[in-house]
Amino acid sequence: MFKKKECVAMLLAGGQGSRLYALTTKTAKPAVSFGGKYRIIDFTLSNCINSGIDTVGVLTQYQPLVLNEYIGNGQPWDLDRIWGGVKILPPYQGQKSADWYKGTANAIYQNLAFINRYDTEYVLILSGDHIYKMDYAKMLEYHKAKGADCTIAVIDVPIEEASRFGIMSTNEDGSIYKFTEKPKNPDSTNASMGIYIFTREKLQKYLVEDEADPNSSNDFGKNIIPNMLAAGEKMFAYPFEGYWKDVGTINSLWEANMDLLGTDPVLDLNDPNFKIYSRNQSNGPQFIGENAKIVNSYVTDGCEIYGTVKNCVLGSGVKVMPGAYVKDCVLMGDTVIGSGATVNYSIIDTGVEIGAGAIVGVSKDKAKGITVLGEDIEVPNGTVIEDGAIISEL
Amino acid sequence: MTAVGLIFSNIHDNSVPELTRMRTIGSVPFGGRYRLIDFALSSMVNSGISKIGLVTHNNYQSLLDHLGNGKDWDLARRSGGIKLLPPFVTAFDNAGANKFYTSRLEALMGTVNFLNRCNEDYIVMSDCDVICNIDLNDVIERHAASGADITFVTKSTDLTGVSENEILTLIKSDENDNVTDIFEDHVSEDTQVYINIMVMKRQYLLNVVETAISRGHNSFLRDIIMKNIGKAAYKVYKYDGWYAHIGSLEGYFECSMKLLEADARERLFGIKNRPVLTKVRNSAPTRYCDGAKVTNSVVAEGCVIEGKVENSIIFRGVHVGKGAVVKNSILFQDSYVCPNAELNCVIADKNVMIKDGRVLSGHKTMPFYIGKKMSV
Repeated sequence: MFKKKECVAMLLAGGQGSRLYALTTKTAKPAVSFGGKYRIIDFTLSNCINSGIDTVGVLTQYQPLVLNEYIGNGQPWDLDRIWGGVKILPPYQGQKSADWYKGTANAIYQNLAFINRYDTEYVLILSGDHIYKMDYAKMLEYHKAKGADCTIAVIDVPIEEASRFGIMSTNEDGSIYKFTEKPKNPDSTNASMGIYIFTREKLQKYLVEDEADPNSSNDFGKNIIPNMLAAGEKMFAYPFEGYWKDVGTINSLWEANMDLLGTDPVLDLNDPNFKIYSRNQSNGPQFIGENAKIVNSYVTDGCEIYGTVKNCVLGSGVKVMPGAYVKDCVLMGDTVIGSGATVNYSIIDTGVEIGAGAIVGVSKDKAKGITVLGEDIEVPNGTVIEDGAIISEL
Repeated sequence: MTAVGLIFSNIHDNSVPELTRMRTIGSVPFGGRYRLIDFALSSMVNSGISKIGLVTHNNYQSLLDHLGNGKDWDLARRSGGIKLLPPFVTAFDNAGANKFYTSRLEALMGTVNFLNRCNEDYIVMSDCDVICNIDLNDVIERHAASGADITFVTKSTDLTGVSENEILTLIKSDENDNVTDIFEDHVSEDTQVYINIMVMKRQYLLNVVETAISRGHNSFLRDIIMKNIGKAAYKVYKYDGWYAHIGSLEGYFECSMKLLEADARERLFGIKNRPVLTKVRNSAPTRYCDGAKVTNSVVAEGCVIEGKVENSIIFRGVHVGKGAVVKNSILFQDSYVCPNAELNCVIADKNVMIKDGRVLSGHKTMPFYIGKKMSV
């Protein structure tokens, strides 16, 4: 039942995403909505299939219900396969022990058996919380051409932001001589994107060694990469050019959504040669009413707009009633904005109902921060919700 | 009660020649993101029918492209799913002779093998010129309870798209829903329009077709149904949901524009647990740019709107350029309206290109149709 695969992807999707607060109380971060009709994990899954990688293990741990249900049999991404396809890999009870995933490296260690079944040459490690379009096949070619043991994708970041990332210092041929996690004084602007390709034997060797070390925190960035560097393994940085964004915070999630807007958007998802796939909801088409006003916005199937919408990203089934005013917002879906309500500079999770005349947040230039309303909140008519408030239950 | 579905994808190809020159009536686009066959398929799937025979004639490439393996309707099944029933012409038939079916009865003769292999009790037959979201379970249950031989689904009010000079199949019935007359004529007050959906026992259909073959009949309606009024037990099922009929290009235009009314959208797309399913295209959401001015319009995904759109139906992947004005128009998939063009009462088929500053106008009663891949 198992065919040999050249490369298998392992997608780390167990993160809690605690910095997304109210948006991740019931869902794991990779299952958070993005760009109207997508979820964050759609990007990595679509990248895999667009790169010809058809075997993907998804490591889940935190609040997996929504995520598991969403991935299902992988059909929306063409990952329902006889040989391979997408497989959910939760922590499990073994004969000798049962463990939660202690860290990223431990999660892969516990699933070495999965990787080995496909007799794979290479293992691609991904994380499920970034928005980007990337052809991993090109990175794999680079890895092979360099004869590397490990290749890490890097992106050029502004020097003032470099201390937020893991920074790679490289020689001219791209080989890495130094890796520093969140350096105070970065000596390079090559930030790790959290995308690794390992040659399988090496990965296995270092994972086993790392597991045996009781002082290790079982993390790729903190342990595996530094250990391999120290041992003098062949490690290369693969420079990636294009859009890439970590959407781990409320601000970055909002910004990434806004990158979809404009006449010439920074992030264009309409490329027929590199589609981003997502699970379809079978909604009717969108309807824009008689007195509606809608500019600079991204709107999904099933929306009904009768009010004013400016600079917004609207998920499926959002209703903006007559006289309502929505500006600089991300509405994730199935939300109703009651008539006469005003919503400014906010992220509103799915199923929220905002009553008539309610006021949520204040205009972006005056706001203390982004207002966030969690899943299924009902805001009574006329309620005022302060700017910057993060509410998971009302 | 189990039922198998049978959909005729071609039977009304003649009614909208503009739109069916390159495709079957079943693959005529409708409502921004659908093809006409989606309505028949969805009604069946939502009523638990998972084995559907699809009768095709010619020009069915676009239909096959739309259906794929049936996944998007949950019809990619090991047992059942969509069974394509193209015309049965063997290699031994004289190549010059036209062996393709010319009537519904001949088409049915070609499906006998398929119907014999089914084990479902009932059969639901539907054409593709009808747009509705109907609970076929209810039709089948009532049919079974009434003991009728055939139940015809009819509609007597809100006949969207039915023009006065069109000849339709009409039915008269008594107070117990027994059919008293079936004939073809212009629609009039005391008649119901037969909406081309009927239910009967599978075995009953097989018997009827067998008899017809042995007697050399060729019209299902005239030679079989009409001749047996009074002898066979025919009932009507009066459908009261939203219905539109595509009988001409003007009719098509009128039906489409009905979708701008909330009532039509609610009764067609808004029924709980009865979504209208269609091919998933994975387009990005629609991007409205600065300068967009959209009112009273149905818009699908994957569009980029920079200009003005009013009272229109915009299909997937359409681009409306800066300063362009689109009024009372229907733009099919991937059509491109360049800056400053103006359209009024236009139906633009797939991949049409309207160049800079062109001004085109038809009239509600005579929409200006632009053929597939044309450039203006």
